[in-house]
Amino acid sequence: MSIRPKWFDQWNKDNPTSVRGLAILIAVMGSAVILAVVIIGLGNPVQTSSMQTGPRGTAMYVPEFDASLRRGDPTVADFYTDEPFVPERGEELAGDIYRNVQVLGGLTDANFNRLMNAMTQWVAPEQGCAYCHGDVALEEYGEDNLYTKVVARRMIEMTQSINENWDVHVNANAQVGVTCYTCHRGQNVPNNIWFRISPVNSAMAGWSANQNRVTMTSNFTSLPSDYLETYLLDFERIAVHDLAPRVENLPGDPLIQQTERTYAFMNYISNSLGVNCTFCHNSRAFYDGAQVTPQWATASLGIQMVQELNADYLVPLADVYPPERLGPVYGDPPLAACRTCHQGYQRPMEGLNVIHNWPELATTSGDYDYSAFEQ
Amino acid sequence: MAYFEYQNIFTQVQVQGPPEMGMDNENRMARERTKGASFSTLLGWFGNAQLGPIYLGWAGVVSLATGTLWLNIVGLNMLAQVDWSIPEFIRQLFWLALEPPGPEYGLRIPPLNDGGWYIISSFFLLVSVMTWWLRVYLLAVEHKMGKHIAWAFLSAIWLFLVLGLFRPIFMGSWSEAVPYGIFPHLDWTTAFSIRYGNLYYNPFHALSIVFLYGSVLLFAMHGATILAVSRFGGDRELEQIYDRGTASERAALFWRWTMGFNATMEGIHRWAWWFAVLTPITGGIGILLTGTVVDNWFLWAVEHNFAPEYLEPYGYEAYGTYEGFLGRETGQ
Repeated sequence: MSIRPKWFDQWNKDNPTSVRGLAILIAVMGSAVILAVVIIGLGNPVQTSSMQTGPRGTAMYVPEFDASLRRGDPTVADFYTDEPFVPERGEELAGDIYRNVQVLGGLTDANFNRLMNAMTQWVAPEQGCAYCHGDVALEEYGEDNLYTKVVARRMIEMTQSINENWDVHVNANAQVGVTCYTCHRGQNVPNNIWFRISPVNSAMAGWSANQNRVTMTSNFTSLPSDYLETYLLDFERIAVHDLAPRVENLPGDPLIQQTERTYAFMNYISNSLGVNCTFCHNSRAFYDGAQVTPQWATASLGIQMVQELNADYLVPLADVYPPERLGPVYGDPPLAACRTCHQGYQRPMEGLNVIHNWPELATTSGDYDYSAFEQ
Repeated sequence: MAYFEYQNIFTQVQVQGPPEMGMDNENRMARERTKGASFSTLLGWFGNAQLGPIYLGWAGVVSLATGTLWLNIVGLNMLAQVDWSIPEFIRQLFWLALEPPGPEYGLRIPPLNDGGWYIISSFFLLVSVMTWWLRVYLLAVEHKMGKHIAWAFLSAIWLFLVLGLFRPIFMGSWSEAVPYGIFPHLDWTTAFSIRYGNLYYNPFHALSIVFLYGSVLLFAMHGATILAVSRFGGDRELEQIYDRGTASERAALFWRWTMGFNATMEGIHRWAWWFAVLTPITGGIGILLTGTVVDNWFLWAVEHNFAPEYLEPYGYEAYGTYEGFLGRETGQ
């Protein structure tokens, strides 16, 4: 016996209706409602934090995923460090003990071997001493047969120079300094070196040939790939704006092309430091020195620093390297820029003080300051 | 009657039958019209189900020919840039571009691979766009219509001509023109704003945005209003204009009682036309003034007292610490 009236069944039979469309609609909307309730209830699964960098109302802040902040820089934990041995009066020095010690001759034997050990940890943890000295007896460690040793000596001088002469950049916020590890991070060749690759487009010439190509250098944008050599090797001026509402335009004034190249360079700096434009600039007036953060000045000094490091240390090593260490297009020597040290962080290795234990790397004078370690 | 009878994503009524081949008149409009027509149910969901016949005219033929030449010059240049590799062409398509010449050539004709192809293709694009405009105008003449569509199209062409012809000539260099490429033209747009001190302080840029967003708002209001009264025949707008029915009455009363003022069935289309047309007209004026009359819009805004001043300090040190941002502040 049915409780439904006969006309109801009859009507349904005469008017067959598919409810599939309606069922799909309800299922989709129901899922969306459940998802919304879950997100509201449990919170946004990809939380971010912000670092305010300028006045309220200017949208000046650096955002970052909380998960990335918690994870931190994985290379920090692998940093090898070791307190120095305070030299005693009259202790024999490495320069007197060993042959051909050109840069670190003023170290005591203990500190010399301590630093040599650290350098293998920082640069050649797998190959060890043999990476620079070759697979030879200790007595022959004075030979300069391998390019790695010649480069390493120059790199020690560069590290000392950075710590001593570019204190204003590397220690702008706090004493952190640099060691071999700041660039190398346990690799024979640092990950973030650069080579010249422009022109990237053989079918075109001039302005068309240096851009519109997916390259590592262009950070996968269609912006020019020649900005590093233009600004860091050729010292082209990084300024594209007119400093008055109306000016007389002169031949040679910066145009769209220089602006795009500057944009490519600024984008490189942002990516290298894991920040955005507003870490340094008020984006409403990029050029205005009255609307930049103190980090803008630090970055400007950093640009001058890498210009000097490339010109004085890295470019002159061109003849020392074997072919496999040279650039793929021009056979040019590997060079440095912001990313070589920063590797995605505002402060390399998240501001870890790497120089504290290594007074030997902090000065070019040979007069090492061990006072912090004296009893 | 189910609730969704009047609430649909697609057009509900499709007419399919013998094709409507259109009228002829003393202008002999039919002479340059194709002879065939077909029906598509898919098209019917979005508009009229009948596809064709199409009027081309001499202007349309010239336009299609020159437009195809432009597209092929751009495409073949891009293909040459990836050494004629189709997979690379597809992979890098959004990055590739045909760039204008470098600034060193001024308004002279550069070598083919350094902007020459750009100049040649731009010539064809100019002919193509202008003959297409002429086709729109001539077709309106033949139909004895007003020329509103042609003038509206011309307002868009004005912006196109400012970007690629007038401003480069005023600046004395073809290198000021916009590259033909997906990402590269966006690079150009950003660099253009940055180079000239932030285009957001350009009042004509602001006006253009007002009309653009205004167009969006008006389009949404009008489209929604007509759909909402389509159950009373409101989608037959022309009938409603000369013989106002209940659809028109309800639509008008809805807006009168919402905001006091209401447009008319005719007037709403004047609102829409002017907002749409003024978007590229004001935008084009703003572009034309940039680099020619005004070189730094932010400083221009400072000079005219409408750039706000911020007194709080710059730099994160004033608002927190790096360690705090990292979540590693040591409790002291």
